[in-house]
Amino acid sequence: MTELQFGEPWFGIPWLDAVLRILIVVGVMTFTVIYLTYGERKVVARFQMRLGPMRTGPYGIFQGIADALKLLVKEDVRPRAADRWVFEFAPYATFIPVFLVLLVLPFARDWGVRNLSLGLFYVFAILGLNIVGILMAGLGSGNKYALLGGVRAAAQMISYEIPLVVSLLAVAMVAGTLDLNQIALNQADRPYVLLQPLAFVIFFTAMLSELHRAPFDIPVAESEIVGGYFVEYSGIRWSMFQLAEYASLWAFSIFGSVVFLGGWAFPMGDTWPWPWQLFLTFVKSLGFILVVMWVRATMPRLRIDQLMNFCWKVLIEVSFALLIVNGLFLYYGWPHELLALVNWAGAIALLAFIGARGARKARVSQYVGLYRREGVTAP
Amino acid sequence: MTIWPEEAIVRHRGETEFDFDTVDMTVNVGPQHPATHGVFRMLLTVDGEVVVDCEPYIGYLHRGLEKLSENADYRQAMGWWDRTDYLAGLNCEGAWCMAVEKLAGIEVPERAEYIRVIMMELSRINSHFMFFGAFGADVGSFGTSFTYAWRERERIYDLFEEVAGDRMFPTYFRIGGVTMDLPENFEARCRWLLGSIRQGLEDLDGLLTGNEVFVERCRGLSPVTPEQAINWGLTGPLLRATGIPWDIRKVEPYSIYDRLKFEIPVGTQGDVFDRWMVRLAEAYQSTKIIEQCLDEMPKKGLVLNPNLPKTLRIDSGEVYFRTEGTKGEYSVYLMARGGNKPYRAKLRSPSFCNLSALREMVIGNYVADAIIILGSLDIVLGEVDK
Repeated sequence: MTELQFGEPWFGIPWLDAVLRILIVVGVMTFTVIYLTYGERKVVARFQMRLGPMRTGPYGIFQGIADALKLLVKEDVRPRAADRWVFEFAPYATFIPVFLVLLVLPFARDWGVRNLSLGLFYVFAILGLNIVGILMAGLGSGNKYALLGGVRAAAQMISYEIPLVVSLLAVAMVAGTLDLNQIALNQADRPYVLLQPLAFVIFFTAMLSELHRAPFDIPVAESEIVGGYFVEYSGIRWSMFQLAEYASLWAFSIFGSVVFLGGWAFPMGDTWPWPWQLFLTFVKSLGFILVVMWVRATMPRLRIDQLMNFCWKVLIEVSFALLIVNGLFLYYGWPHELLALVNWAGAIALLAFIGARGARKARVSQYVGLYRREGVTAP
Repeated sequence: MTIWPEEAIVRHRGETEFDFDTVDMTVNVGPQHPATHGVFRMLLTVDGEVVVDCEPYIGYLHRGLEKLSENADYRQAMGWWDRTDYLAGLNCEGAWCMAVEKLAGIEVPERAEYIRVIMMELSRINSHFMFFGAFGADVGSFGTSFTYAWRERERIYDLFEEVAGDRMFPTYFRIGGVTMDLPENFEARCRWLLGSIRQGLEDLDGLLTGNEVFVERCRGLSPVTPEQAINWGLTGPLLRATGIPWDIRKVEPYSIYDRLKFEIPVGTQGDVFDRWMVRLAEAYQSTKIIEQCLDEMPKKGLVLNPNLPKTLRIDSGEVYFRTEGTKGEYSVYLMARGGNKPYRAKLRSPSFCNLSALREMVIGNYVADAIIILGSLDIVLGEVDK
């Protein structure tokens, strides 16, 4: 196995090299997020037979920049009922973990801030921290909608972290490494989505949930709790939440494309130069983002108990079964083609299961009538 | 500063199926809330995510319609009635006109009757499309259903503008007929519009009805039995969703509905999903009604009774006129005691009566479902608050 490094430090000075790379990542991320908001509005508008932003520049391409400027100069309101320090620090606590994830992602061979040999593990560990900021926002805002949103977010994100991590572990078992750069390079001839489609389905579902995207946008449900945990935020702090949301969408897309779609390496390995690799990474991650937006434009929202049932009764079982099957195949050295076949069967079965639930006969919801039977006690 | 005053806290100790102690929290939904469809407010008492109690507050849009009507000429008052069910203004002014005509014994020309039915059914479709869009947004489909529904609504409004000169509140009907004849190209445009509406219905059906998430959310949610529906005074699609084929257009036909062939779609469970399906089927039946009217209507003729008095004075009498509004039974009670104004005008608004069942339906469900149930009632606050 070749040792992959992110090249020699620029100018020969390690700390200057680190600072420069971080600055580039921050700049690219900000730009990407601004254009992701614009892109989402355009894509969703397309699904909804609208035009989307058209007035700010040709085809409204400066809309994102105009929005960002507006948010920067907007008044930053803090409600009286809010817990001051918790409230003010929450946006940063949400944003920092997302940014930390970006530090290890390989955008092309030797392109990134730092290459960690435990990169995949690092991503798991850091992503879990996101919840802290959201819970802080929910509890510190002094608003009941925010509280409901924060608690929903905590329950949802902690639950979905398990299938997410287990599905990625299944891939790591096949790859034999936790180094993201190496995982990408291993897929030079065929991406892991062909070998591990079930893991991909689980990963994608859990990813939607971690990102609070439809149909799992329960913590930010606009028609129920009006934005959830960031309902009380405005101005720059609100935009930090948006930045975190879109940055994590972007980070997850790149992460997913590296782990499942071969990242920079898939069709050509490292034989082609870096602009090609960079282009591949961006195209694949844009594909991810497009599917996420597509799902958002067409799917209604699940209810919190259905969401938790789906995680604990379906996804976790399936992901652990996947882990065991992978372990058996790798231990006994059975052929990878058979493993892929089993995985495809599993993925199709999971999707068919989800589809079949829609055709079930009517069943009265668990709680309907419970309070009615026992007599309602008005407070 | 705390958001839970001590006196507002209700503690449950082993009352629920959960063993641990919980504290109730009151959540105020509305009047400025995206899911309350206007200025409606409900105070939800929640135990975690489950609604324990729901207290609706109405009256934010009260304009004193009935009193206003008692102080205006029979013909002037009509404009106010547009503003009750503002999604289908023509149905409301139609109800007022027909009530006054029945009270005064005024005849309406044949062609005007057909024009009225066409316009009222278009309004019904318009109102139902608003429901499809808003309900999709309540369930959480991020406005896609909204824009799908809006396309057809926009086209219907364009047609209204061409016919009557106004989109939302046309005030097109007159006592004894309608203001003016239809424009020349009306029939062709209306037939094209019907095709577009059917396409829109199919699109919405394909977008939401077959969606697993939508079905999971709506099926079996807040089922209402026929007995409950009758006891609560539900009418319209809510009543028909429980399986009772009660439609004033069939049961007590007014205008020319007795000549038209259409079916009354009914549900079986009375749950939210059935309410959605009943409305979808009803909008389709309305297109069939309009098609028949276009075929059968006299191509020429008067649209306003020429023998109307200069001032409409009614000596005495009273009338209770029932019509099938878009939300249910929309009835007008009028009492005359001489003069050009009604002595008493009263509106039986379907939204108001349907909304009264909200508490019973919501209690015991999740907060997210409370929003959907409210959406499935399809209330219009102009009609609730009068």
